[in-house]
Amino acid sequence: MWLKDSSIGRKLVMSLSGLFLVLFLLFHGCMNLALVFSEKAYNTICSLLGANWYAIIGSLVIALFVLIHFCYAFYLTIQNLRARGNDRYAMTARQEGVQWASKNMLVLGICVIGFLVLHLANFWFKMQFAELTGIETSAFDPQDGAGLVKFMFAGNGAWSIVLCLLYLVWLAALWLHLSHGVWSALQTLGWSSLIWLKRIQVIGLILATLAVLPFVIVVVYYLGMGVGMM
Amino acid sequence: MDSYINIKVRVWRQAGPKAQGHFETYELKHIFQGASFLEMMDILNEQLIAERKDPIAFDHDCREGICGMCSMYVDGHPHGPDSAITTCQLHMRHFHDGQTITVEPWRSRAFPVIKDLMVDRQAYDKIMQAGGFISVNTGGVPDANAIAIPKPVADEAMDAASCIGCGACAAACKNGSAMLFVSAKVSQLALLPQGKIEAAKRAKAMIAKMDELGFGNCTNTGACAAECPKSVSLANIARLNREFICAKLKD
Amino acid sequence: MKDTKIITPEMAKIPQGPLEKKWTNYKDHQKLVNPANKRRLDVIVVGTGLAGASAAASLAEMGFNVLNFCIQDSPRRAHSIAAQGGINAAKNYQNDGDSVYRLYYDTIKGGDYRAREANVYRLAEVSNNIIDQCVAQGVPFAREYGGLLDNRSFGGAQVSRTFYAKGQTGQQLLLGAYSALSRQIGKGKVKMYTRYEMLDIVTVKDANGEERARGIIARNLVTGRIERFFGHAVVIGTGGYGNTFFLSTNAMASNGSAAMQMYRHGAYFANPCYAQIHPTCIPKHGDFQSKLTLMSESLRNDGRIWVPKKLEDAKRLQAGEIKGRDIPEEDRDYYLERRYPAFGNLVPRDVASRAAKERCDKGFGVNNTGLAVFLDFSDAIQRLGKDVVAQKYGNLFQMYEKIVDENPYENPMMIFPAIHYTMGGIWVDYELQTSVKGLFCIGEANFSDHGANRLGASALMQGLADGYFVLPYTIQNYLSDQIGVPRMSTDLPEFAEAEKKVNDKIARLMAIQGKRSVDSIHKELGLIMWDFVGMGRTAESLKTAIAKIDELKKEFWSNVYIPGEASALNNELEKALRLADFIEIGKLMAIDALNREESCGGHFREEYQTEEGEALRQDDKFSYVACWKYTGEDSEPELIKEPLDYEFTERKTRNYKA
Repeated sequence: MWLKDSSIGRKLVMSLSGLFLVLFLLFHGCMNLALVFSEKAYNTICSLLGANWYAIIGSLVIALFVLIHFCYAFYLTIQNLRARGNDRYAMTARQEGVQWASKNMLVLGICVIGFLVLHLANFWFKMQFAELTGIETSAFDPQDGAGLVKFMFAGNGAWSIVLCLLYLVWLAALWLHLSHGVWSALQTLGWSSLIWLKRIQVIGLILATLAVLPFVIVVVYYLGMGVGMM
Repeated sequence: MDSYINIKVRVWRQAGPKAQGHFETYELKHIFQGASFLEMMDILNEQLIAERKDPIAFDHDCREGICGMCSMYVDGHPHGPDSAITTCQLHMRHFHDGQTITVEPWRSRAFPVIKDLMVDRQAYDKIMQAGGFISVNTGGVPDANAIAIPKPVADEAMDAASCIGCGACAAACKNGSAMLFVSAKVSQLALLPQGKIEAAKRAKAMIAKMDELGFGNCTNTGACAAECPKSVSLANIARLNREFICAKLKD
Repeated sequence: MKDTKIITPEMAKIPQGPLEKKWTNYKDHQKLVNPANKRRLDVIVVGTGLAGASAAASLAEMGFNVLNFCIQDSPRRAHSIAAQGGINAAKNYQNDGDSVYRLYYDTIKGGDYRAREANVYRLAEVSNNIIDQCVAQGVPFAREYGGLLDNRSFGGAQVSRTFYAKGQTGQQLLLGAYSALSRQIGKGKVKMYTRYEMLDIVTVKDANGEERARGIIARNLVTGRIERFFGHAVVIGTGGYGNTFFLSTNAMASNGSAAMQMYRHGAYFANPCYAQIHPTCIPKHGDFQSKLTLMSESLRNDGRIWVPKKLEDAKRLQAGEIKGRDIPEEDRDYYLERRYPAFGNLVPRDVASRAAKERCDKGFGVNNTGLAVFLDFSDAIQRLGKDVVAQKYGNLFQMYEKIVDENPYENPMMIFPAIHYTMGGIWVDYELQTSVKGLFCIGEANFSDHGANRLGASALMQGLADGYFVLPYTIQNYLSDQIGVPRMSTDLPEFAEAEKKVNDKIARLMAIQGKRSVDSIHKELGLIMWDFVGMGRTAESLKTAIAKIDELKKEFWSNVYIPGEASALNNELEKALRLADFIEIGKLMAIDALNREESCGGHFREEYQTEEGEALRQDDKFSYVACWKYTGEDSEPELIKEPLDYEFTERKTRNYKA
């Protein structure tokens, strides 16, 4: 199977799964933006994505893609380490025009995944999971997502501020990951040429920013609120 | 203005492919900055020979930046700190008095060390043998002007074809990937009408061989293009991806 | 003294018939080998430059088993790769009146009428096939906006017939041949041996008692092991011997040892004194210098060569007080345009080089050593714009700036002649076979097509003509008789003896353990060659050279120091083996130059010049190929002459003035 056995095939899997996750992020981010405008609207969207069959399938697909992206990342990295050989350079220097992020995608990816666990525990577990299983996972009504978000980010005193800052770090890592990831994915798909090379790098940056910015807005919005409440 | 400098050179010494390597530091006095880096290495070797010591083995041949034989990793860069040149075109004016210069061989699993700074790059030849050609025999070909090729296309093919096969791309790549090398040849031949006919087959064959030889997976860091002495563009890698993916989808 | 032996046209196997029919006639009547028999025949090809790689690939495509050797780590690194300017062909795509005959005529005239008519005509004839072949292989030649191939003009021609690929034509042509070779290696038809150096040829007597080349002894440069290889025929394409001068534009590993091995086996060394000094190289800058870098001759298309008119300006330039651009137009002496109004800056290489030397000898040199002239692009930049100049020559300008640390767009380039190419080489007949049966020699390594001087963009043409279109035919005329010869075992006593000779020589070198490094002796040889066998030679200087080389030979064999072991990778040993042969070649060059009492092409004897300082040929006495036959290590070589009777072309004094 060439998607597993050939280097470009493996990269294609990374590229497609990554791009799909970017799409998901865009969607998720837009949804979150609703929080800033209307908590009610947010809760309505949440209820649409609760225990419905399409939401469940959607979640499973996303989980699958995360898993694929994650597994392939390790597979590729192990192979690449092996390709490097046993001896390492004693001296390395920064190459001009080479992004730091591009050389640290796995590290950034692990950061992202690590925070993801925290994020899932904080929100998904208490919302969709609680709804699905009917188990009471927190003091919150699973239907009132907005309330939960508000409590976590703004209503929990100093903890909220710490959480907000942690989220900002996470989002920064995510942005760095995407700043290379998006254009790299497009390049892997073969969408580049002498003229488009620079343009695609810019498009990649814009997409990465668009994917992360809504989350940042929401966090900053609540951070402001939380600081105000103290 | 070029003047004379005293330097220290920290060189990787390794007696053979299986031997344990180590760094050794040598002092050199009164080196003219107009000298090339390899001329400095010549002077160092003359010094070692005068001391009845084993001179440093390193690959070099044309000394004008085109044969692709020289292959030193100087101060953290393949071919040294200057841009768009090979080691033989690096000059001592890029170093200052009192500096310690670290010289290492290419390091990549596909390029095992033969001795000191000399590595085995036959893997690149093997990739070429797998498909880096247009299948025509000598004789019996059409007139050279029978097919017109737009100048921009011919120029782009030429830029891709300027690869000298030195191995700096794989040496610079943290993934030990040879994609820039492979993509340069695939691009050159895929761009030209003569080469298009076999383009799909070529891309598949060369990638299969590249993977088989243990080169890593490209993650588009761009280190290869940044260090390429001939400034071969990353866009070639995209074209290779495109050719390969299309070929596989057609199967 | 007994009469000099003569090689007749019949011995040189020159076909009958009118000039333009000779090659066709030959091909029509030569013997061929049928496909089933080709599989049973092994051919050894040494060298992977344009000639070697194209020959190996073509022979393998035909069905022969090929063993191909190169000293570098990959066949793609042969020094043909460094040729910059272009390749000639008589396509007449520019509609400027070019034809096969005109290319033939320019080449034979450029060579100062010291080449064989039949060979040169064949070269011009197949030149067009080369371009077709290379385009089919995907060589990205420069094109015009209409999509058709572009040409430029080169020294010694009044038409634009030079095809080029940026400033990297040699590279692209070599990579084309390399790709064809790679294809055959992949198919298993060529067995490639990289990092191997041939150290001797093995000859075996046939049933009639005649020696035939049957194999080679080669050293694996990585392990140091001496190995034996068999072939029904041996083809040598190992390039020229310009590195005899130590400083040349050749690659560091380019050497003349293969030629000397052939010579010692009875192949004649023809015209060794014909060495080309290329006018546009970057001047020498110090004693540590390891090689000279060539700037393509194509620069002379748009660059103008000059030195100051006034000696005091030259003095100030030499002292570094002023730069070239500070000298006003009226004080510049564009000496090539002055002396040769018809060809101007595009005179052939030998003429341009000598003119530069003449100016520098008179004290008009423009750098600190006084050994440089200007090559100025300010006019071209004004006329065409900087962008156009950059597009045409950008990579050369960049190369210059990296080396000299000066911007050639702002200040004129400095250039000086340097040894570049050797027209002399192993004598071959029309079939490219040497005087040893079964031993063929192609490309720069042979003496054939360039006479006493090679025109720009003709080396690539000759290398590929030999490899793609001549040798693969002519070798069959030999091999057709060999189909009954079974593959020989390399355990034969002839192979064992050859290997022993090689081992003995290496042991002798290793045992010297003297005080001097190989390079230090080689540099000394280079100075002797440049000073006494260089651009201007006299009987006296040549005799001095011979005496000095004899001295140096003694020094080498008693005082060289080679560190390390013979049975491992050992660069110094490799260099020493090559230097031992360079010393012999240097002497042979001097002997030949002394014998040739005339000036022609790259060979300039100061005693033989016109009042204006132009070369003066002595057609009545020296219209022959001087073939030197080996007679033993310490005896003088024997001169054999191949007269050059010009049947079809009238010989004239080369005139580039009007």
